[in-house]
Amino acid sequence: MTLLEIRNLHANVNGHEILKGVDLAIKVGEVHSIMGPNGSGKSTLAQVLARRETYEITDGEVLLNGKNLLEMKPEEAASEGVFMAFQYPVEIPGISNAYFLRAALNATRKYRGQEELDAIDFLPFLKEKMRLLDMDERFLNRAVNEGFSGGEKKRNEIVQMAVLEPRLAILDETDSGLDIDALRVVARGVNTMRSQERSILLITHYQRLLNYIVPDYVHVLVDGRIVKSGGPELALALEEKGYSWTEAETIRAAG
Amino acid sequence: MAIRTAEQLHDYLSAFDELRARTQDQPRWLRERREQAFAEFFEKGFPTTKDEDWRFTNISLIAKTHFRTAGEARKEVSPERLAEYRVPGAACQLVLVNGVFSAELSDLGNLPAGVEVTSLSQAITAQGEALARHLGTCVNIHRDAFSALNTAFIEKGAYVYVPRRTVLAGPICLLFVSVPGDSPEITQLRNLILAEEQTEASVVEDYVTLGSGVGFSNVVTELVAGENATISHYLIERESKSAINVSTLAMRQARNANLSSHSVLLGGRLVRNNVHPVLAGDGGECLINGLFIGSGTQHMDNYMLVEHASPHSSSRQFYNGILDDHSHGVFHGRIIVHRDAQKTDAKQTNRNLLLSDHAQVDTKPQLEIYADDVKCTHGATIGQVEENALFYLRSRGIDEDSARRLLLLAFANECLERMKNQPIRDYLKNAVQHWLPVRSSHNTMANELARTWEEVG
Repeated sequence: MTLLEIRNLHANVNGHEILKGVDLAIKVGEVHSIMGPNGSGKSTLAQVLARRETYEITDGEVLLNGKNLLEMKPEEAASEGVFMAFQYPVEIPGISNAYFLRAALNATRKYRGQEELDAIDFLPFLKEKMRLLDMDERFLNRAVNEGFSGGEKKRNEIVQMAVLEPRLAILDETDSGLDIDALRVVARGVNTMRSQERSILLITHYQRLLNYIVPDYVHVLVDGRIVKSGGPELALALEEKGYSWTEAETIRAAG
Repeated sequence: MAIRTAEQLHDYLSAFDELRARTQDQPRWLRERREQAFAEFFEKGFPTTKDEDWRFTNISLIAKTHFRTAGEARKEVSPERLAEYRVPGAACQLVLVNGVFSAELSDLGNLPAGVEVTSLSQAITAQGEALARHLGTCVNIHRDAFSALNTAFIEKGAYVYVPRRTVLAGPICLLFVSVPGDSPEITQLRNLILAEEQTEASVVEDYVTLGSGVGFSNVVTELVAGENATISHYLIERESKSAINVSTLAMRQARNANLSSHSVLLGGRLVRNNVHPVLAGDGGECLINGLFIGSGTQHMDNYMLVEHASPHSSSRQFYNGILDDHSHGVFHGRIIVHRDAQKTDAKQTNRNLLLSDHAQVDTKPQLEIYADDVKCTHGATIGQVEENALFYLRSRGIDEDSARRLLLLAFANECLERMKNQPIRDYLKNAVQHWLPVRSSHNTMANELARTWEEVG
């Protein structure tokens, strides 16, 4: 069963076309990776899926479980099961991690007609997720991402993902800037969440992440289009030959 | 140039004549102080925006309005009506209605031996000597017309005395209830807080309005802290949106005293909040913390005058403003470091959020440094609710109105978290939540988030 279907997606920022016709289908339970050079539109795609309003959709459609994702507000997309781990998580002074996560979880539960969790039920649940990501309990009462190191911020994103249990998890360059230990922790968190009910979209610049989270499919995004798709072995080829290889192939195919 | 109209001065002159006739048998020092202050006020009149201290605040509304002196209104206030204004765990609560002390409404139950919390008029009779020594010593009636006017009418207010080495766990709460009549009324309130050496206490001044009349509270609080005293002062201005409030907190702190002033401005149509600590002893510390939240056409002016008069003292100013609609906020942060105040460490931060295109804030640092070995820094920011943060919260499922509100609460929380006393902090969080601008009425989640806000921090 298809969870996400992107057809001929075109998106602009400030009149500048970034996505130039992206097609992608992700079935329930699959892990896909999108790789590509800087400026190819990877993060734009992630943010469009998370419904950031700064992007203007000029053509195409995106269906999430058959529903029109492009008509949803960010909070609706979240409640429908879309989660994006931010490339640059935002610091929010004055709101504790614990409060923020419970507010978020209860908002999505309410949307789905589920009962809200009180603080007493929520805390053990959150602590368990934090242990999974090697996050110290003192992070519970610290303001969201405030003063966190880069690695702590990325781990905190995965804690949020574990709490919200999305149907579609998008990781926007979560591996960028992580050392190998932090990368292992993040990968373990993500791998724990792999399941038959959940699809994952890994957006990355580096093949290294895919050693730890092995995708079912790899796609290469260049200049706003997916130019090549294949299995995990495609990532290795890219690592070896560089992105210019796919660009050259594209030109040959077009010519 | 002073604004002058014969009628408006006549109002104050006849009120002063009435007071003079009525207080013939009061101590001479007090009568003389009043006379001197009235002469000062009468000669100079009210300030205008040409006066640097009043550049951003036009007080012609005050100068032009005929105010009657607010009268007795005790009968219009029921104890039930005041229930929401009680801080849990308070050491006591002194209630003044239109400046008049009410024993029935107050709760002065279990104060430790030697601690005095009374009305100022009682203290004038019973504590004449202490009052003569301190009353009027912290304010400058030559520079500030409202302090002069207030000093001319010293009569109503609160007196707090904390004897040497006394530690009070619960706050001393002073509730000033304004019940203005059909025509505009003025209440002049003069408070004196004396904390001897090695004392620890918190004092809360809470200003509220009952009814729909227009009230003008002209307030001066003098706080004198002895050596090594730790005193926290809280001001809550939440009078009605037609009220006028001009309030001066003048503090003098001895060696190693640690003072904090926390101001939360929520109500009032025209509000001026003067905070003036003088760090007179070596090693003094002062925290000046404030939050102002304006909407509609509210005008809130915060005028800080921090004087470092002795070596090794430090001051920290943090003011956060949230301004919506056509409201106007002012932060004027003046720091004076006197010639002998070497090793002064003074910091000032003012942060503002503008929620509407019509809201306005003026922020102005003013450093005057006459010593050569000091550290003084200042910074100010003016911004909007950050779109990045908003999207972050929304991408986790929190709807836009709730996310916006949550970010405002978080911004306010930065100030509230500096308040060490938890019951007061919680009490103020409730007040802030109640006054925070609400964007949408159809949204129920915003209310739910508000209800559980005690866990935010």
